[in-house]
Amino acid sequence: MNTWFSTFSANAFMPIQGTEIAGKVDGFYAFLLISSLISSIILIGGMTAFIIQYKRKTATDKTAYITHNTMAEFTWSFIPFVIMMVIFYWGKVIFNELRTMPQAGEEIHVVGVQWAWNFKYKNGIKQYTKDGVTKENKIGNVEKQVMVVPYNKPVKLVMTSNDVIHSFYVPGFRNKQDVIPGRYTAFWFKADKLGEFQVFCTEYCGLQHSQMPATIRVVPEAQYAAWLDSNKPSAASNDGGISEVAQKGIELYENKCRSCHSLDGSRVVGPTWKGIYGAKREFESGASVNADDNYLRESILNPAAKIVKGYPAAMPPYAGQLSDEEIEQLIEYMKTVK
Amino acid sequence: MAHATQSTTIVTSTEDNYLNHEKGIWSWLSTVDHKRIAVMYLISILTFFLVGGIFALLLRGALFNSGENKFWSYITPEVYNQFMSYHGIIMVFMVIVPGIPAVFGNFLLPVMLGAKDVAFPRLNLASYYIYLLGATIAGSTLFLGKIDTGWTFYTPYSIKTSTSVIMAVLGAFTMGMASILTGLNFIVTTHKLRAPGQTMNKIPLFVWAIYATSIIQILATPVLGITLLLLGAERALGVGIFDPNLGGDPVLFQHFFWFYSHPAVYIMVLPAMGIVSELISTFSRKTIFGYTAIAYSSLAIAAVSFLVWGHHMFVSGQSEFAGIMFSVITMLVGVPTAIKLFNWISTMYKGSVRLDAPMLYAIGFLFLFTIGGLTGVWLAATGMDVHFHDTYFVVAHFHYVMVGGTLMAFTGGIFFWFPKFFGKMTNDTLGRISWVFIFTGFNVTFFPQFILGAMGMPRRYFEYHPAYEPLNQISTVGSWLIGFGFLVALAAIIHGLVAGQKASANPWGSKTLEWQAPSPPPHDNFPITPTVTAGPYEYR
Repeated sequence: MNTWFSTFSANAFMPIQGTEIAGKVDGFYAFLLISSLISSIILIGGMTAFIIQYKRKTATDKTAYITHNTMAEFTWSFIPFVIMMVIFYWGKVIFNELRTMPQAGEEIHVVGVQWAWNFKYKNGIKQYTKDGVTKENKIGNVEKQVMVVPYNKPVKLVMTSNDVIHSFYVPGFRNKQDVIPGRYTAFWFKADKLGEFQVFCTEYCGLQHSQMPATIRVVPEAQYAAWLDSNKPSAASNDGGISEVAQKGIELYENKCRSCHSLDGSRVVGPTWKGIYGAKREFESGASVNADDNYLRESILNPAAKIVKGYPAAMPPYAGQLSDEEIEQLIEYMKTVK
Repeated sequence: MAHATQSTTIVTSTEDNYLNHEKGIWSWLSTVDHKRIAVMYLISILTFFLVGGIFALLLRGALFNSGENKFWSYITPEVYNQFMSYHGIIMVFMVIVPGIPAVFGNFLLPVMLGAKDVAFPRLNLASYYIYLLGATIAGSTLFLGKIDTGWTFYTPYSIKTSTSVIMAVLGAFTMGMASILTGLNFIVTTHKLRAPGQTMNKIPLFVWAIYATSIIQILATPVLGITLLLLGAERALGVGIFDPNLGGDPVLFQHFFWFYSHPAVYIMVLPAMGIVSELISTFSRKTIFGYTAIAYSSLAIAAVSFLVWGHHMFVSGQSEFAGIMFSVITMLVGVPTAIKLFNWISTMYKGSVRLDAPMLYAIGFLFLFTIGGLTGVWLAATGMDVHFHDTYFVVAHFHYVMVGGTLMAFTGGIFFWFPKFFGKMTNDTLGRISWVFIFTGFNVTFFPQFILGAMGMPRRYFEYHPAYEPLNQISTVGSWLIGFGFLVALAAIIHGLVAGQKASANPWGSKTLEWQAPSPPPHDNFPITPTVTAGPYEYR
């Protein structure tokens, strides 16, 4: 049985904390629990007290004629309002932290498929479901996808789906994010506890929705490096420190992109790729955006959607010509062009 | 002082009432009498409730064990997903959304306003048949291809699944039409058919609640209709609206869907709040505390409910900023809701409280809705919701609101207005026994699910981690208690129909106008149009 379960009971039923943020969420949870208990006691207790105290005695009881009380009504509107604003703000602070991606750290790609998680590392390691194991691959019966990650180091997941919407949920990290076909979503964590953490799919995705367990295994950094090395696909010829995935992007670049996009900052037909990833893009429409995975994906598939200021709308759309995998390789390559 | 000055003369009723005014099955099927239409809705909705309830019991039965070996080998993951979908679709679209407005709204709204009927009686009958047609279309999928999308029809799964999504959404679309027409009818009735002297601040709070609900129905339901048609068009014709392979956006569907379905939560719960206002005032024999606050908070909830749909989508990939904005607006809905709870409890203060079966259900509503409301605040907080989203915590929360809120009020309403509907009393002991089982069973079923959600158990799982098993077994046992409780309630209704004592016009000593009409009311409700001189809760 999983270790993540053993300490459930220790913490008002919340799973074992795997990150620092999980501790913050649990603090917030404790506040909600206590404030809700107090509110319940006031409401349900008051109700019960009135039922007992003002029990009907005769069939013709006279009752007080009280239509309203402005002071009481103001009080029970204002105090809940204040408490709810506190709860909102507290939640927002945690939410911001959950959703603000780290600048540095490991990046692992996650692809949801019906019904498994695929994990892809930059050096070419692919953690795919073995064919036909879905039946054996059930919860509580070991055989799962494993994502090995380093201890105490930020890890960013870039996630997409091959078919329908899935959702990547790690109870121990108190975090989840939907995984959407045709788009990238991101998820991050810095695990500060060694061990294994359960991953569930939490967006209903059909027949085997409950059969998508995976495990995040947190290991010390040295062990992680060793794992990366020993599992690296043998054919990889890694030059210049560029990842295996990005390596494939080079070839695509040479064939399809080079004639219009430079790598050294010079202007050809379209904007240069130098330093493109994360840079601010200003458009003809006046809007602007930082070039992230989703922007780059859109600009490859449907370039006309956002035309960079000062450039012609000359690029042909690549929708239907590049596979999801090839787009990923291109974007990975762009990230390396600095 | 009676609520209606002239009505005292009419209580000496004739034997002619709406039940025996005309005879024969055709006189029922072709009736335009709002009271008969209400009774037909009641029969239909109770039937659908029974079917939805059987699906619920089968679901809980399947979840008794964590593994794939269920109590009945017929229940495979495929069948489980269908049961889960049918339970949701039947209970939401066929029972809880139409429930209180169609049954109690139809029967009581004209009587509470001193009118002879709703504004458009023929349209009212048309609504019923449209509803029935929609239910038939949706129900036909049971025999033609099934449905396994859940009641939410999320794309792109609903585009890819091989089940009969088109028929199901067509059914939901058709029932939506009925909902819009009913809402329209009630709004016009409330504005135009009030008795002389009955100003808007003298109408019962139930009417206010139905009025606010009707506004949401006519504004929000068309959006659902369009969304479902787009989904159908996408499946049938391959237009790329939601399918990313065709350039569509699957998350757009969620925006459209929740733009209706969040206000729909208030379509479900506002009428229940209306019933509870009537019950608490009557059984405390005391004027309602904060009439204006309760009336206007209904409108406030209706208005704000249109601006909070994104709180269903904090982890859907919508922007972080949007999530934060939806979170803060959602908190604002909590304020009028809290006001209502405080008002109802204050109504009992210095009252004369009697715990007949209807009042027990109202108390049950307050108890369960408090828990449902408070946990709603947890889920509205972004940082907390990320953990709870799509876990059993959410399942528990919305059952506390929809079953603990709406169904409690609905059942309480049946026991309360039964004498008015049928001129007979139900057996109060049977009514109370049903409450004990439903209330206890409900908490045994759904409270453990809050804990399961905190522990991280996702919803819509056929198999789950064995560590979640004990709490699931408690939950399943609770579902049997609820099932038994509703059987007792049904027995009380049948017993009342067959052998109930004759009811007087006003057995509970209530002050609203419907109790001034005979039980059951004659075809035209009031022989002479009553004149209203006082408010609906003048207990002095």
